[in-house]
Amino acid sequence: MDLRLGNVAATPAERQAVESVLGPAVSRWEGGVRADETEGHVAHGGHEARARRHLLLPILQALQQRVGWISEAAMDHVSERLTVPPADVYGVATFYGLLSVEPRAPRVLHVCDDIACRCAGAEELIEGVEKLLGPENGDDSQEVTWLRSPCLGQCDRAPAALVTVAGAKPHEEVLAPVPGADHAVARITHGPEVEGSEDWVDPAATVPEAGAPQLRLLGRVGHVSPTSLDDYRGQGGYAALRRAIELGPEGVIRELKDSGLVGRGGAAFPTGVKWEAVAHQAVRPHYLVCNADESEPGTFKDRVIMEGDPFALIEAMTIAGFTTGCERGFIYLRGEYPQAKATLEEAIKEARARGMLGRDVLGHGFEFSISIRRGAGAYICGEETALFNSLEGFRGEPRSKPPFPVAVGLFGKPTVVNNVETLVNVPEIVLFGGAAFASAGSGVSTGTRLFCLSGCVEKPGVYEVPYGTKLHTVIEMAGGVAGGRELQAVLLGGAAGGFVGPDELDLELTIEAAREAGATLGSGVVMLIDDRVDLPRMLMRIAGFFRDESCGQCVPCRVGTVRQEEALARLISGDTRGTVEDELSLLDEVGACMKDASICGLGQTAYGAVSSAIKLGAFSR
Amino acid sequence: MFGAGGGTSSYKEIEQTDMIVLWGSNARETHPIFFHHLLRGVHNGARLVTVDPRRTSSAKWADLWLGLDVGSDVALSNTIAREIIHEGLHNKSFIEHATTGFDEYAASVESFTLDEGERLTGVPAEAIRDTAHAFARADRAIICWTLGITEHHNAVDNVFALINLGLLCGHVGRWGSGLNPLRGQNNVQGGGDMGAIPNKLPGFQDVERDTEALARFESAYGVPVDPHYGWHLSQMFEAMDRDELTHLYVIGENPAQSEADISHARKLLTSLDMLIVQDIVFTKTAEMADIVLPGTASWCEGEGTVTNSERRVQRVRKALEPPGEARDDMAILTDLARRLGYDWPDPEAEQVWDELRSLSPMHGGMSYERLVKRGGIQWPCPDETHPGSPFLHERLWAEPLEGPRAPFNAVEHSPPVDELDSDFPIRLTTGRRLESYNTGAQTNLYRSPLHRGESLDLSPEDMQRLALVEGEVVRVSSRRGSVESPVRTDPTLRPGLAFMTFHFPDQVDTNLLTIDEWDPKSGTAEFKAAAIRVDKLDGRAVSKAPAFAEESD
Repeated sequence: MDLRLGNVAATPAERQAVESVLGPAVSRWEGGVRADETEGHVAHGGHEARARRHLLLPILQALQQRVGWISEAAMDHVSERLTVPPADVYGVATFYGLLSVEPRAPRVLHVCDDIACRCAGAEELIEGVEKLLGPENGDDSQEVTWLRSPCLGQCDRAPAALVTVAGAKPHEEVLAPVPGADHAVARITHGPEVEGSEDWVDPAATVPEAGAPQLRLLGRVGHVSPTSLDDYRGQGGYAALRRAIELGPEGVIRELKDSGLVGRGGAAFPTGVKWEAVAHQAVRPHYLVCNADESEPGTFKDRVIMEGDPFALIEAMTIAGFTTGCERGFIYLRGEYPQAKATLEEAIKEARARGMLGRDVLGHGFEFSISIRRGAGAYICGEETALFNSLEGFRGEPRSKPPFPVAVGLFGKPTVVNNVETLVNVPEIVLFGGAAFASAGSGVSTGTRLFCLSGCVEKPGVYEVPYGTKLHTVIEMAGGVAGGRELQAVLLGGAAGGFVGPDELDLELTIEAAREAGATLGSGVVMLIDDRVDLPRMLMRIAGFFRDESCGQCVPCRVGTVRQEEALARLISGDTRGTVEDELSLLDEVGACMKDASICGLGQTAYGAVSSAIKLGAFSR
Repeated sequence: MFGAGGGTSSYKEIEQTDMIVLWGSNARETHPIFFHHLLRGVHNGARLVTVDPRRTSSAKWADLWLGLDVGSDVALSNTIAREIIHEGLHNKSFIEHATTGFDEYAASVESFTLDEGERLTGVPAEAIRDTAHAFARADRAIICWTLGITEHHNAVDNVFALINLGLLCGHVGRWGSGLNPLRGQNNVQGGGDMGAIPNKLPGFQDVERDTEALARFESAYGVPVDPHYGWHLSQMFEAMDRDELTHLYVIGENPAQSEADISHARKLLTSLDMLIVQDIVFTKTAEMADIVLPGTASWCEGEGTVTNSERRVQRVRKALEPPGEARDDMAILTDLARRLGYDWPDPEAEQVWDELRSLSPMHGGMSYERLVKRGGIQWPCPDETHPGSPFLHERLWAEPLEGPRAPFNAVEHSPPVDELDSDFPIRLTTGRRLESYNTGAQTNLYRSPLHRGESLDLSPEDMQRLALVEGEVVRVSSRRGSVESPVRTDPTLRPGLAFMTFHFPDQVDTNLLTIDEWDPKSGTAEFKAAAIRVDKLDGRAVSKAPAFAEESD
């Protein structure tokens, strides 16, 4: 803390940005003015000051939004205000893709160049943007620049771009689909100066079957005004919370266990078991975390729920808080979802105003509140323990498990962490009973599941089907391959999942069947790849994604993701070391090492898509 | 503490205590290894209070910083004590069981009300009160101090003032509660333990009072040992002044740059008949010497032991051959003994150590074999079955009490000798920085990006009042001398308080300013409190590049 990054004072704009999160400095020792004489003889700080460390990321985001980048002077000021060493502030600021510690133009166009957008001409779009705006992350003296971005979660409306405008009135919006480079550049150059221009996209546009009677999780999307609590209650909302209070925590846990609900985030852990473990922890307080850091390339289902039916998530979280003894819930929302943020914020405000959140929920004497924290462009923060570190104001590096979050989670306390889709299953289970829920689906895969159809598909969007539906059925629901072209492969489960071939479409979409077939449903990605797509180049993009998103904490992943990308590059260029077979066996070896020895799922799954594509013959044609 | 010159606690305890009071110590910079342990304690939840005129880098970690006026430590301690006693928060059963002199002590602090404390120290009464209550209520609490306590004309009184607080609340003799002077180098503790102090034999056995020990040494050595206290450093310089001390043998010290009121000290050193210096670097003192004996770096060029701040004796091993004509200190002393007519054999470090163990009971159980096996042992360790002592004075809690009671020592507030007046209105205090050590004899030998050269650090308010710009060279004068030094703004200082180090004596001889008023009980000079005046140098307001400027990037 005694060392500083530089010797320059923060600008008024930077101080203002910090104050927008922390309020004004209380003394000169906290970066305030030297006025009070007694401050020369006494200072308070220590534990109390450092207890605000969890605000570090929101402060850095405020700086990014206000100034467009985070200067050394700003970091020094933040360090002084939080009594966090400048090296720590720098470490966090440099961890996230959406934060810049180098001067950057205030208006940035983030153009998605990830796999789904590639199928929709992202590279051509980027070429056009480059022609108009010059090279990526160019001259910071300009007003406008552009950056390549990993998946923005708008795959149903590819190609997509995110607009961020820093300033006194920061602005963010998603352009999807981008009609052309001219349009995108005009928008970023002359786009609205006003915060929250309310021209949000209709979330129902992402649900082709919106309104269909069989929809359980998506039933209200398009039917209710997302921020109207009355609409929500008119459609049966908050009946489940009342029922949960009647059942009591143990009753809710029993129904959950009966329902067989397992986590939709990828690990498929039984939700009832998790909740019970936290509910029974003697250590207090307990925390609830909703993992809404939906960053798996090709995934956009949670966004649709948050934008289209936010109260469902709020009610589900309230039930979780009541059941597991949490008084505070956090929604860790990915930073690239401005519409979901605005919608949720308004819905939370509404719920608080109507007594559905707060000190005395529904007048039943229990307390529950929800805070939204935004990610800042780090895929790894979707890993639950990395997410905790990010929430606490540290670099989003995964922790070693055990201890597991149910015992030692956020701030070292017992923590329930569930993804959005998992949570929104809960109200129905509480309302109609676990047995009724379990009647849909098959085996351990009970209930319905959301699948994100994207890529070369006729009607992209989120589809809700019971577990056990065949893969080809889902594809047919979405109208099959776009333009009736020939299917080359399907990416199932996202970048962390794998490819299946056109002859495997009979696959039953259950956790068990997928596992047996050597695939995974992951986050519900079903991305169609037609015969025009250059599969090896797509693998390069996936490998580059993992290399970029590896947090670098453990060696197998940090080194392995680089070696994998290098070997793929050699295979594509034809300049192999030894034969193609040699390169493939090297890839196998590196992949096995990452799978066996990485501490978290990122490294463990980084070879999955590549290896499945090799099995499909990506390098033997 | 209570007769033995060492801290009472283990490093592990500072990690497990509930409250840490860092008094007159900027351990973050001056005891960085110890500070790692302290920070572990803070991260484990311990409350940290720092007491220092400056808001140091250590204070930035603190829950509460008390920025007392220089030299008002006794007043602050007495005020804290009175508040504790008046609130009935003192540990009555411990006081009754294990101490003496409480009533006199309580009477002596009676006049130190919170308001009086604020008047004498500058620290707001509320903050003193909070500290008193937190310290008394803590289940475990440790006080640590260094030169901010001891480099004063009333050093021993300052130490007593802190010990009194420990006794008052029973924060001594228990795991996680203790009183600890921190040691500046890896083996400062070991130097005292081995008898390199004028009134003690090895193992803190008193030269004049412990006749039994003296007899043991005489019979082991086969010669009579002078049964009188020797001179400490300040007394030596006085003896030089009286022409009573004419020959001086200096081992590993640089008094020609480290003494207070340095011009006087240098004059005395030049007036000696004979000056011998044994050192690993060619210091300013060595430049003045008649004979220079190049010694060895004890941490890598010789065998032996060192003892750290937690009284842990550890083995050091020879890794390198000493360069050139440098010789092991032990070999130099042996040769000297031979020239003086004693037929000493070539010694092995272990033999010397075993002789020490036979004479110093607290080291008795520390064979080399055990030191290696146990990763060091904390004294006292009287025999080879003893595990060593993580903390001292557990006996004070024994039922019935073992050994003598621990005495309270009533002490009076006595402000710095060098008074502020209109001619010398600014209080200068001195200290060290992270990357440098004392006169720089060792640390200026290597390059460091942190070496910034010497400067007079002033508060922004004083810089403005004196119309000074950053880096401007000014004349700094005290009642003893004056130096020219660049100035630098230090926002951690308040108006009227200035700070300098003495790391770069060749650039700025800070000790020309300091006062050699020393504590008769400890022999330490009041380096921490001088009265100075800062004058602009007309027509020479050119910023002189500080030393090492080319490395400061």
